[in-house]
Amino acid sequence: MATMPASASDLLKSFKLKTKQQELLIRVSILCLVYILAFITRLFSVLRYESMIHEFDPYFNYRTTLYLTENGFYDFWNWFDYESWYPLGRIVGGTLYPGLMVTAVLIYRILRFLRFAVHIREVCVLTAPFFASNTTLVAYFFGKEIWDSGAGLVAAILIAVCPGYISRSVAGSYDNEGVAIFALLFTFYVFVKAVNTGSLAWSLASAFGYFYMVSAWGGYVFIINLIPLYVLVLLITGRYSMRLYVAYNCMYILGMLLAMQIRFVGFQHVQSGEHMAAMGVFFLMQVFYFLDWVKHMLSDTKLFQAFLRITVTSAVAVGGVALGLGMVSGYISPWTGRFYSLLDPTYAKDHIPIIASVSEHQPTAWSSFMFDFHILLFLFPAGLYFCFKRLSDATIFIVMYGLTSMYFAGVMVRLILVATPAVCLISAIAVSATVKNLTVLLRSKNKVVQTGSTKGSGGSKSSSKALLDQSQPFQKNGAIALLFGAFYLLSRYATHCTWVTSEAYSSPSIVLAARGAHGNRVIFDDYREAYFWLRQNTPQDAKVMSWWDYGYQITAMGNRTVIVDNNTWNNTHIATVGRAMSSYEDEAIEIIRSLDVDYVLVVFGGVTGYSSDDINKFLWMVRIGGGVFPVIKEPDYLVNGEYRVDKGAAPKMLNCLMYKLCYYRFGEMMTEYGKPPGYDRARGVEIGNKDVKLEHLEEAFTTSNWIVRIYRVKPPNNRW
Amino acid sequence: MEAWIRARVTLALTLFALLFFVSRSSPPRQFVISNAERRIDLSSHIINVHLTLKVENTGTRPASEVVLALTPTEVDHLAMVDALAIKGKRKKTTSVRLEVKPTELPDAPPIDAKYFTIYLADPLNSGESTTLEVLYVFMHFLEPFPAEIAQSESQLVFYHDTALILSPYHIKQQTTFIKTPSTKVESFIRVEPTNRVGTEIKYGPYEDCPPYSISPIHVHFENNSPFAVVEELVQEIEISHWGNIQVTEHYTLVHAGARHKGVFSRVDYQSRQFSNGASSFRYLLARLPARVHSVYYRDEIGNISSSHLRTNSLKSELEIEPRYPLFGGWKATFVIGYGLPLQDFLFESSDDKRYLNFTFGCPLIGMVVDKLTIKVVLPEGSTDPSPVVPFPVEHRLEAKYSSLDVIGRTVVVLEKKNFVPMHNSHFQVYYTFNPIFMLAEPLMLASAFFMFFVACVAYIHIDLSIRK
Repeated sequence: MATMPASASDLLKSFKLKTKQQELLIRVSILCLVYILAFITRLFSVLRYESMIHEFDPYFNYRTTLYLTENGFYDFWNWFDYESWYPLGRIVGGTLYPGLMVTAVLIYRILRFLRFAVHIREVCVLTAPFFASNTTLVAYFFGKEIWDSGAGLVAAILIAVCPGYISRSVAGSYDNEGVAIFALLFTFYVFVKAVNTGSLAWSLASAFGYFYMVSAWGGYVFIINLIPLYVLVLLITGRYSMRLYVAYNCMYILGMLLAMQIRFVGFQHVQSGEHMAAMGVFFLMQVFYFLDWVKHMLSDTKLFQAFLRITVTSAVAVGGVALGLGMVSGYISPWTGRFYSLLDPTYAKDHIPIIASVSEHQPTAWSSFMFDFHILLFLFPAGLYFCFKRLSDATIFIVMYGLTSMYFAGVMVRLILVATPAVCLISAIAVSATVKNLTVLLRSKNKVVQTGSTKGSGGSKSSSKALLDQSQPFQKNGAIALLFGAFYLLSRYATHCTWVTSEAYSSPSIVLAARGAHGNRVIFDDYREAYFWLRQNTPQDAKVMSWWDYGYQITAMGNRTVIVDNNTWNNTHIATVGRAMSSYEDEAIEIIRSLDVDYVLVVFGGVTGYSSDDINKFLWMVRIGGGVFPVIKEPDYLVNGEYRVDKGAAPKMLNCLMYKLCYYRFGEMMTEYGKPPGYDRARGVEIGNKDVKLEHLEEAFTTSNWIVRIYRVKPPNNRW
Repeated sequence: MEAWIRARVTLALTLFALLFFVSRSSPPRQFVISNAERRIDLSSHIINVHLTLKVENTGTRPASEVVLALTPTEVDHLAMVDALAIKGKRKKTTSVRLEVKPTELPDAPPIDAKYFTIYLADPLNSGESTTLEVLYVFMHFLEPFPAEIAQSESQLVFYHDTALILSPYHIKQQTTFIKTPSTKVESFIRVEPTNRVGTEIKYGPYEDCPPYSISPIHVHFENNSPFAVVEELVQEIEISHWGNIQVTEHYTLVHAGARHKGVFSRVDYQSRQFSNGASSFRYLLARLPARVHSVYYRDEIGNISSSHLRTNSLKSELEIEPRYPLFGGWKATFVIGYGLPLQDFLFESSDDKRYLNFTFGCPLIGMVVDKLTIKVVLPEGSTDPSPVVPFPVEHRLEAKYSSLDVIGRTVVVLEKKNFVPMHNSHFQVYYTFNPIFMLAEPLMLASAFFMFFVACVAYIHIDLSIRK
């Protein structure tokens, strides 16, 4: 009887964890919770709409993934797609980054092997959230590597909900970025780890991380430029070490060889201008190592100085000559337009309208920084301060990553995504360091108070007072206030992130939702209505002409051949479509016939007030068309530099094909009570040309809310 | 000369032989139809023909087999034939269902025809008479003419038949009534006496028609009822002994009327609903079992948001709208899925077997199904399945792998061509199942998790480093 309580307490004691174990338990459970949180916060769109693929590009990825599951890897690798870019076709296997599709199919196969009867669509929809969860883990380890495990935890939490990342990784946005950010952060983490340890295994891992990144996204160029830059900075700041030498050389050589296996990259990796920095730094490293060795061998400093001068000049000269020769002979290709537009934000606007026409390529507005980063924007400089205070190889890396990516984020909206992990990590350092300092302050006092209390109840007050006197006045209160402030800010951040995710980043954009007059939700499912109509009721080999935005969706959902799509690899072809859309009907029909088009599809928001329709995109068609065919001139479509569709519009505007196709028989339509018929709700004007007659095209289908209109090209009239 | 004579002899012999066979031609002429009335309903694209025959045995022996004749075109479009024997007089009539089977007559009749035999319950004695009611259902039998119409035109169709009932028996008196959906009849062939009142055309009465007499007619009339045809319906019924039946139905729907030609104008379709697209249809109604839950309606590219579900304790109605209105020749494919409580449909039979009792049919109302496939997915581990269907179907077995299946599930596949709503009836699938199999999947999952944690514990406690 008596032993019972004792054994019970023993049992309890054995269950009681040591502080270290407690800490581990807390850390693991926080990480698990963050992992789950990162996943479920991205499921808004699945719950609100359905498990579906979003936007435009993901539809291509989904289609290729389907192809991969059905036909296997080799067919996929050699796939020539006749259904897009008619009549050119597209070598799909050689012009995409297969990482995403292969990953999804791998997950699918594993689940199938484990006897889970999932559909490939579900896998595709949930790939991005799954990788976002994995990214939080990488962020934790990365934070732990550059600062401490506390910073790692904070970084994991921050990146789990950061809108800048969520914008590209909600369920259904099955895009390259979804896995690429994971790969990017993983590569960086492993590389930093390799630099810190000098271990071949870690640098091998970073080479494989880099390979995965190359296979997944064109943004790998950022890695292959940032890492050499980082190495260069380390060399300049005199932080060269054997560890760095091992890490960089192994990563570069193996990474390069692996990256060249991706068909889309291939020899570009050693030939194109964007990759030259890495190669240059690689040779520089060898020179450095050689010099180090010579210095070690030569005891005479003077001799070494002379030798140094000769070697450096000759190395630079050889490098310069090689680069120049390569450039001149065309062996080294110059930088691409996209790369230029990153370095010079105004470049695209003047030279490549097709890049400038994409909204996600616009320079970032301040509001979107605030929207995507919220408090991180203020924590970022604070984190930089802490990093500079405790400089190490790792913190130098994160500082460089943060600064460069912030610059790129300022150039292009979509590159906020690349900056997000860095911003989260640096902010995490700020949060973690601040909170740690404050709590240390609080706890140290408590300890003293406790020791004081053991001495006697009377002495405690005086001793704590004495301690307070040593430090600044109200330090404890201040610390508490600051802690509360920090938690308040962080909780605001969490609310903001959830709100942004739910409001801004979780709409599939293929289904539009609006509030009806009675507060009920009205769904405009016109896109799918039109695509499904195409799929079911047009000949199997019908060719559909539309603006390139809808190309991927038409091939994926409509299963019909398109003239141009979102790949935009052939500017002339797109310009031809732009020219057809902006010409008069009888001129356009020549182009349409020459392209063998059967159906023309336009998107029109005049009935519903949907503003991103073809009329609003029309000026880009004019610009892109005019860029190749000078007969199309932008001023012809404007009145005093103003773009309008009402009575005061330019005559060419009122009679071009796009206008006619959008507004055909719209003049008979009453859209809004108290407005004349033919009132365009998207632009808020009554249209200028209500009597649209079509000669060579006929209306084949218009969706229930008029968002998509499809026209059939009539066969030529008989001559007799 | 000699050759010519020989040829003549051969011809004469052949003719003689032919005549001989014709004169011997069965059916035994012991029946005479004293009165025949036929009512043809053309109001939708499913054609119902009600035939009331008063059959008299004029032979010497009792006989129990009455033969019906149909033209080959009719047989091609025949979805079902059903016969009832009417007993009793006036108000106290009872009807008995009779067996009908396709038969071949042993010798060639004067015209090309196919036959069905009705087997009477009791043989008809000499001199007695009985009343038979026969129902024919035809599908795809109305021929749109013109074959292509524009959006604003209404749909005109041809109905071909014969004014006299094709029969191997002598018919003393017969009348045919044809009911058209509206008064708009373009033309019809008269075989006097013929009379048209409102939506009804009456042919007859005709007296004393010899066997195999025909008189072709056609009616050309307006029929704007939706010609909705399900080309293929695959219904999958998955039984889970954990309390749920999951039904998934894959439809390929087509508008089988006159093809749509030229422009589809949304303005006209929206503003002038009545004069535009009269033959097109937008809404479909599915009648689902009561207590249905988790209903979905989608297609290859995602959810279709235009549907309404109304449920009450007796039945559920799902009103669905395809993504676009269907005009002649337009197609739509979609999937409807729903869950049902197991106890409503699964029962235990006396011999320790279980059986599923489910409706054989298409939940969409008024729908013709060209090919109906029902797949009953039995739970993993069930054995010796046997289907019981009230009419002939093809059946075979398949295997299916669903979540966490190792040996695969037995699938009973039932196939029926030319299905019309009148076929709707219950069918049963009997099988034996040991409840222990229900635990297989949870145990598998539990052991997988257990293994995972054991592996974690082992990993923490084992030191794998080479350096000491």
